[in-house]
Amino acid sequence: MSEQAAHRTSGPGRLLVAVYAVFALAASARAGVQIATKFDEAPLAYLLSAFAAVVYIVATVALARDDATSLRVALVACSVELVGVLVVGTVTVVDPGDFPDDTVWSMYGRGYGFVPLVLPVLGLWWLRRRWRANR
Amino acid sequence: MITVLNYAVIVASLAYAAWALVAVVTGRPPREPYVIGAGVVEILILLQVVIAIVMMFVDGAPDETATFIGYLLTVVVVLPLGLFWALAEKTRWGSAVLVVAALVIPVLVVRLDQIWSAGAA
Repeated sequence: MSEQAAHRTSGPGRLLVAVYAVFALAASARAGVQIATKFDEAPLAYLLSAFAAVVYIVATVALARDDATSLRVALVACSVELVGVLVVGTVTVVDPGDFPDDTVWSMYGRGYGFVPLVLPVLGLWWLRRRWRANR
Repeated sequence: MITVLNYAVIVASLAYAAWALVAVVTGRPPREPYVIGAGVVEILILLQVVIAIVMMFVDGAPDETATFIGYLLTVVVVLPLGLFWALAEKTRWGSAVLVVAALVIPVLVVRLDQIWSAGAA
């Protein structure tokens, strides 16, 4: 439907969605492998991996859709993501013992070039921009 | 996997990323040549993936089998999906999507190579 197409995000948001999609894919694949092959080793870390994957998927879809409801969903997802990367990043820096195996958010996303730390900030910036444009 | 082909994929995807970056800088959306270019990169990827699958059946899979297959699937879909998302955007940001998609490929290939070299089971 053209109506729907008109509600797809465009401009810089297009790039943002692409990067989010990469992380949704990376986090899902990582969590899937961890849970399928060695869940017993570090259940907390792997459940967290899965949670991160879900947050990225929700954020990707919500940012791509770009209607009023989706923007609100994206705001929640990006906020959760920012809190997640900050909390998990801090915990893993202070005491790595709780997370014996890596998640995307470990060490503030060091294993992924710190992109997980930058991404929610960009996401929130983009949402603020969209919010103002819609008013 | 064949090492030379890994290098070929890495060089091709980096070249493609650089080419798409030119379009970003000059403010152009992705056009037909970029579809053809993506096709060339994708053919190299598919060739390597098929070879890897055949070699897995013949010589045995690497130790981290699940991770390896996950990366194989990802490296196959990343450029087509990127292209799909990029072509609908009629600004420079469409080209920027191609840059990102193309830059993911070398990362995946390096990881695939590490897993492949580490554990010939």
